[in-house]
Amino acid sequence: MKLLRSPAPALLLLGLISRAWAISVRNSRSSPVTVAAADTTHSGNSTGGNTTAENGGHGAAAITTLPIVTWKWHHVELPYLITLWVLVCWLVKLVLHLYKRLTIEIPESAMLILFGFILGGMIWGADKAQTFALQPRTFFFFLLPQIILDAGYFMPNKLFFSNMGAILIFAIIGTVWNAVAVGLSLYGVYLGGAMGNLDIDILQFMLFGSLLSAVDPVAVLAVFEEVHVNEVLFILVFGESLLNDGVTVVLYNVCDAFVSLGADKINAAEIIKGIVSFLVVAFGGSLIGVVFAILLSLLTRCTKNLQIIEPGFIFVVSYLSYLTAEMLSLSSILAITFCGVCCQKYVNANMAESSVTTVKYAMKVLANGSETIIFVFLGISAIDPNIWVWNTGFILLTVLFVLVYRIIGVFVLTWMLNRYRLIPIEIIDQVIMSYGGLRGGVAYGLAVLLDQAKIKEKNLMLCTTLIVVYFTVILQGVTMKPLVTWLKVKRSSKSELCLIEKLQNRAFDHILVAIEDISGQIGHNYMREKWNKFEERFIRPLLMKTSARKSQDQLFNVFHQLNLKDAISYVAEGERCGSLDFARSDNDANLVFKKKFGADLSDIIPDINSDLSDKDPYDIPLPSRENSLPSVCLDVEEEMRRKEVGDNNAHHLLQTHLYKARKQHRHRYSRKETGVNKDENEVQEIFQRTMRSRLESFKSTKMGVSQNKKLKPSKKDQVHKVCLLLPTANAYFESSYPSEASAGSASGGTILMRLSFRGIENPAFMPDAPPQTPPWSSSAQAEYGVAPSQMAQLRIPWSPGNLHRLAPLRISTRSNDSFLLADRPTTEEEQQPPNQPCGMKK
Amino acid sequence: MIMFFSSPSDVKNNGHRRFFPYCHIILIPRGVSGHESGGITTFFARRFHHVTDHSCAIIMGSGDSTLSKIPNVEELMEETGFSPAHVVRLYERFQALDKSKKGQLSRKDFESIKELATNPIRDRIIGAFFAQGQEMVDFHTFVRILAHFRPVDKNRPKKANMQEPVNSRTSKLRFAFQLYDQDNDGKISRNELLQVLRTMLEMQVTDEQLESIADRTIQEADLDGDNAISFDEFRKSLEKVNIDHKMSIRFLR
Repeated sequence: MKLLRSPAPALLLLGLISRAWAISVRNSRSSPVTVAAADTTHSGNSTGGNTTAENGGHGAAAITTLPIVTWKWHHVELPYLITLWVLVCWLVKLVLHLYKRLTIEIPESAMLILFGFILGGMIWGADKAQTFALQPRTFFFFLLPQIILDAGYFMPNKLFFSNMGAILIFAIIGTVWNAVAVGLSLYGVYLGGAMGNLDIDILQFMLFGSLLSAVDPVAVLAVFEEVHVNEVLFILVFGESLLNDGVTVVLYNVCDAFVSLGADKINAAEIIKGIVSFLVVAFGGSLIGVVFAILLSLLTRCTKNLQIIEPGFIFVVSYLSYLTAEMLSLSSILAITFCGVCCQKYVNANMAESSVTTVKYAMKVLANGSETIIFVFLGISAIDPNIWVWNTGFILLTVLFVLVYRIIGVFVLTWMLNRYRLIPIEIIDQVIMSYGGLRGGVAYGLAVLLDQAKIKEKNLMLCTTLIVVYFTVILQGVTMKPLVTWLKVKRSSKSELCLIEKLQNRAFDHILVAIEDISGQIGHNYMREKWNKFEERFIRPLLMKTSARKSQDQLFNVFHQLNLKDAISYVAEGERCGSLDFARSDNDANLVFKKKFGADLSDIIPDINSDLSDKDPYDIPLPSRENSLPSVCLDVEEEMRRKEVGDNNAHHLLQTHLYKARKQHRHRYSRKETGVNKDENEVQEIFQRTMRSRLESFKSTKMGVSQNKKLKPSKKDQVHKVCLLLPTANAYFESSYPSEASAGSASGGTILMRLSFRGIENPAFMPDAPPQTPPWSSSAQAEYGVAPSQMAQLRIPWSPGNLHRLAPLRISTRSNDSFLLADRPTTEEEQQPPNQPCGMKK
Repeated sequence: MIMFFSSPSDVKNNGHRRFFPYCHIILIPRGVSGHESGGITTFFARRFHHVTDHSCAIIMGSGDSTLSKIPNVEELMEETGFSPAHVVRLYERFQALDKSKKGQLSRKDFESIKELATNPIRDRIIGAFFAQGQEMVDFHTFVRILAHFRPVDKNRPKKANMQEPVNSRTSKLRFAFQLYDQDNDGKISRNELLQVLRTMLEMQVTDEQLESIADRTIQEADLDGDNAISFDEFRKSLEKVNIDHKMSIRFLR
């Protein structure tokens, strides 16, 4: 029995399925499997004994006795191997990243290819043949789309469109130039006799030239992201490589058709047809992408109630755009690129924030994952003596031409472009651009696609392509970083999110437009302004949710993000210290927090108002009306702190305990609900306490509930026990809304109790209380009592989903409510704690 | 009317390389003359960047005479770095804006530019053209203000005795700064910032939000803690922004 080729490297690496060697050996010739998912015919090769497996593993073969377990390798072979390979590739990446220094010196893509060599060597050592190769079908259908989509979806749009002209020039003219120049030069040299005797005609040279003209976004991104060049350079190289892929494929198809047609049938009409087809395919593909982007945006307008699979739509629809374009023989790469580029704005505005995050990460996982696989397999594919046909002249000249014509193309085109650009592309940038012409998976995929029947020297072309890929990705990739440093290329400055910069950029835009208007020019800014106006008036209402449109101001979004960042660091800081105590002493944090609070509140307020105004204007106290509130709340406690040192430890203990106990309830499984459990949000939790403590202490001082004092020791004791009980209580109550509210009030009661005595214990608190009567303590309570607040509790989800991070307000209002709710029993009968657990305990 | 002109090689071209260095033929429809033809030729001049200063002046037909109408034009060009073609073009624009034909622009003239109507900070920008207490803008001031937006040209030799060029980074920033600083006290106060914010953010944002944005902005830039942004602080906070790119207009090159 020969050994199965397939899992060899996986085995060596993982030590898994070792027994599969012995058993599943038979279809030795047959495992194109793995990543080459296409070939399903292999099952036919299997011997009779395996038919069980092919039939789905159930039944068909006659059995004599009931097997307890059976070995069904063939049943799972294909998916198993695919998964295993994915795992192996990712493990390779993992291993690479164990050595930080290695990845700093050498770009990851190059390392992955090198690892691919090793893996390929292992396979070859085990099988004496290369059984795994990257199949073009797999590459183009399952690995490439997500990478391109990722690139399009996260494209910095403004940068992209403001450099669109240059990008298009490079992508179209540059690519055609590369293809034609390389093809013709090779043909010329071939006629000159430098390559010996080859069976290639001029059309095939052109075909070869066109497939080599693809500057690969995968390779380029992998290298350029690591060296952090300045953004204009980055977008030029990246945008070019992205669009030029599409152009290359189109060019390749046209050339391929010419080759099939044969040199003698080609006349002027055919050439014109070729050019027309080139344009139609390229622009048609882009159009398909735009159409699908519109569909996608429209779709996300109405997925509000189905947030759980909302992110899925992005992937499905954009993949569909890819397939549709492929079906119509238009450029699928351009389709999915433009789908991503055009939909991002609307989709991100329409979807809930959590979905946006999900899409972001899922897309990164997919893109990064398949990028890894591609590079590893580019390496593995090399270890196959069958494809290696060496022709020194052909190979070396190809490498040379590819390099030289890239440089010439870039310099000539930039020279032309620079005459029209506001910011000329500098010489150094041009050097990097020409040096960054990395070839990658697309070129290889196209080379594999060549038809052996038509092109006799396919293998020579294939291995030349591989050499070019290795040369560019490994050699140029490795030297890129030193080159960038050596030439002192402007790097991108890692700018922190900064409000004043954004504000000023906005101002600059307005200024430039105005100046263009005044000086009577029709320039970029004027056009952009016109487009913006048009977009705002016609496109946005169509593609964007009404609610999302309101919060579209970019400047405000920046502000919002800054606030989120603050909130997160605030909470992190608070957790590190065990509580939010630090806020009391740290004035800076206080200030920031105050700002954050104020803004977030006012952010939500319109929603509240619109939601509840018909019910009761006073129902929800609007703490934002007094910006002083949160800071007062925290400052006041600074006073308390001094007096409370003894108790603080106990509080810390309590707070930590309460919190952790509740945390455990996150394990509930639900397919529909994601982790955003509003009741247990950390920010909310902590904030809830702060608010309650503040309100309660304020209340108690106001009411003079000094009689609590005598209960102090026993209560303190009680609180401890209550918090231990709390989880149980919560578990009972958490299932539905009303009961959730009551659970909230129960826990609120607990905290409230604790805090009430804390407030009382510190009479120093009193003078610090805000002199003006807060609207919620007197008016809301006196006039409206408990009823409206219960109403409010039932209406918790009034704030839009994408604002769920802005928890404090919701909590603060709710905590008020539960405070009021809980208030009644406490004031009426202080002895009886309002919450069940305590009662039960007694 | 056919205009045929060539650009003699002795003409110094300010950094413009000529694409087709020898001759240009531009067809201008019959019946267009005078001022209009000036507009059309300017349009062509704009389209074809290779049209050099001198040849542009020739297109204008009356180019030299246009230039000669402007007093101290040499000085102006020296100071602002504009080429004769630019000056001629701006002069035409100036005249087109100058409804009253007094050789000066009033606020009304600016306000009548209809594209400008939708610009949220229109008043500020118009205000920037008017020096303190002045009601009118003459052509020289007009050009000087616009010169802020000329891209920085590296090829231009720096003369030692010249003061800082009007399109330097600092003066570009100064221009932007003065849009905020309405009372000219050298500081952007919270109120001044709020006013600008209010116009730029339109009505989607509440007052509270505006205030907290303003606070935050000041907090970011404010180094000395006086709750206002001085010019130095302004410059420091925008250190990372490439002002040369952001405050330049290609057409005025």
